[in-house]
Amino acid sequence: MAERTLVEAVNLALGLAMTADPNVVVLGEDVGVTGGVFRATVGLQQRFGRDRVVDTPLSELLISGLCVGMAAQGLRPVGEIQFMGFLYPCIDQLVNHASRLRHRTQGRLTCPMVLRTPHGAGIRAPEHHSEATEAMLAHIPGLRVVIPSSPERAYGLLLAAIRDPDPVIFLEPTRIYRAAKGDVEDDGEALPLDVAFVLKEGRDVTLISWGAMVKETSAAADLLAEEGIDAEVIDLATLKPYDEETVLGSVSKTGRCVIVHEAARTGGFGAEIAALIAERALLSLLAPPIRVTGYDTIIPLPRLEQHYMPSVDRIASAARQVCQFG
Amino acid sequence: MDTLTTRESADDELPVIARFEVRHRSYISPAGMPLRKLPAFASDVALLTALYRAMVLARAFDLKAVSLQRTGRLGTYAVALGQEAVAAGVASAMRTEDVLLPSYRDNAALLWRGVKMEEILLYWGGDERGNLFSGPPHDFPYCIPVASQAPHAAGVGFAFKLRKEPRVAVCFFGDGATSKGDLWEAMNFAGVHKLPVIFVANNNQWAISVPLKLQTASETLAQKAIAAGFAGEQVDGNDVIAVCAAAEEAITAARAGEGPRLIEALTYRLGDHTTADDAARYRPPEEVQTHWKEEPVARLRAYLVSRNAWTKAQEEALASECQDRVEIAVEHYLATAAQAPVTMFDHLYAELPDAYAKQRQELEDKLEDKLEDKLEDKLEDKTRG
Repeated sequence: MAERTLVEAVNLALGLAMTADPNVVVLGEDVGVTGGVFRATVGLQQRFGRDRVVDTPLSELLISGLCVGMAAQGLRPVGEIQFMGFLYPCIDQLVNHASRLRHRTQGRLTCPMVLRTPHGAGIRAPEHHSEATEAMLAHIPGLRVVIPSSPERAYGLLLAAIRDPDPVIFLEPTRIYRAAKGDVEDDGEALPLDVAFVLKEGRDVTLISWGAMVKETSAAADLLAEEGIDAEVIDLATLKPYDEETVLGSVSKTGRCVIVHEAARTGGFGAEIAALIAERALLSLLAPPIRVTGYDTIIPLPRLEQHYMPSVDRIASAARQVCQFG
Repeated sequence: MDTLTTRESADDELPVIARFEVRHRSYISPAGMPLRKLPAFASDVALLTALYRAMVLARAFDLKAVSLQRTGRLGTYAVALGQEAVAAGVASAMRTEDVLLPSYRDNAALLWRGVKMEEILLYWGGDERGNLFSGPPHDFPYCIPVASQAPHAAGVGFAFKLRKEPRVAVCFFGDGATSKGDLWEAMNFAGVHKLPVIFVANNNQWAISVPLKLQTASETLAQKAIAAGFAGEQVDGNDVIAVCAAAEEAITAARAGEGPRLIEALTYRLGDHTTADDAARYRPPEEVQTHWKEEPVARLRAYLVSRNAWTKAQEEALASECQDRVEIAVEHYLATAAQAPVTMFDHLYAELPDAYAKQRQELEDKLEDKLEDKLEDKLEDKTRG
């Protein structure tokens, strides 16, 4: 087993999927010769040819629309959008076509496509390169929305996404593309798409997060452990459909919950989880669920972004607050 | 000498590096008279009468659909009055294995490819099963948003090219769609990869209330293909022989690997945009009257009659046959019971995720409660009675 970064794990999964299934086609801006702006597709065009690793014109709407047409014809397209801020021209295709092709033809045509895009801030990137608007996508019926937080899960979840018979949005946490390292075995084993991962068991408080924020959330749990607070850490991993039972089971046990995401607070996916807990676990609660999130501001440019992002300190403070409630 | 003149004369000396031209194709005059030598297939009376029958049926179907809508038995419906030749003519040049990507005004093409009238009614009557139709199973459902099916056509064409299949994707859209980036992005990609895709602009000159001159300053829509690196041609969209010939040429070339084409079929929307629209609010009746003189059904009939290929008796028989077929389709449509409410969860995903299975159960329970309430009410009524 070799140690790999998250972006290498993505590359590994793409290579394996393309080897296993001739219908898998990778397409996007700069994915071929240069292997993508983050090098996620590096080497694939040399291995699989220009017919299956396609450098598209610079048009995001086209990439998503091509995926729909190709998928309806039985291919398994994996489109890449260079940054989440450039995903928005694809929304029409995702809402009006990809997500509903199966339903509106009553199963006659299907849309087994994957759209990959980097997610989140923290890499000192220019404007529009730090978006975290996953809640918007998770609101669309018929889609799956997945976001790994480690190389192992990036590999297993991407394989599952490519093999899934329905459209999957695969968000890749930019900040930990290279910072996250782990042992990834290239064994073709997929991970389940609608299961949350309990990364650390604990009795006192449940910390729920996804993507790059899992790093700070886990660090906060370590800090809390030193203070005698035993935190359970959940990586939600799939936001749509999400694993309600793991969330409810954990909160029923701990009675306390902190939800962490870097996306803005209002209407963020944390609100969905808090609502679920209020609806179905109210009587096990010992404190109100708290969200630690990005602010309801435009994500700042690099000089201020560290003040926007939830920090280990903010997460730990929130956990202490719910533990001291009442 | 003023500077402007100096500049202009300097420009005249610059070399011309590219020239383009756009051709217009028509064979039959509005009165049904040949304008030039007709293509060989036009001597095939069986084909021309088949096209004529398809156009008459599509028009009879449209009329009935509007009356169903007016009497509350169908939802909003988009009529194709006056544009039957575009859809029928192009569809007649396609093979079954080709893929149709229709807009919402192309019923004549769907009918030609084997979709049943009751299925079309079912869709516009608010039932998704209308898209689970008897036409080729790989054909796309109507695209209701404008132009967003164009990238799908490019994707379908890409799949054909990748698998080396001699098949063609045919994408219909209106003049309004040519203002959207979707169409450009799709044509641009199809041009780069020489994909087997035919783009058919049904130029009926009105996008709801917006006339063509407010849609574009282009002299033709056909020329929009030139920037994408392939040929565009304008045809008289009310001359089914011209439509058919242009489609036949384009599809044959695409099938042979020669890449995409754009066909601009110049026609006119004689009806309202949909049953929810009243074109009299924005369009002078004189303009509509003028275009009635050019409409495709009467034109083809005049040509067939002039060739002694169509009689009054045949015309009468066809009218009553179409009416009968439409009536039978309407009966089937009206007799189709609505799906059970919980079927809204069917085909959402290949397998319904647990989280949504719970919501399905919620709906099911609600329906059962209602049923029980009804039964209890009945029981009470009986007890009282």
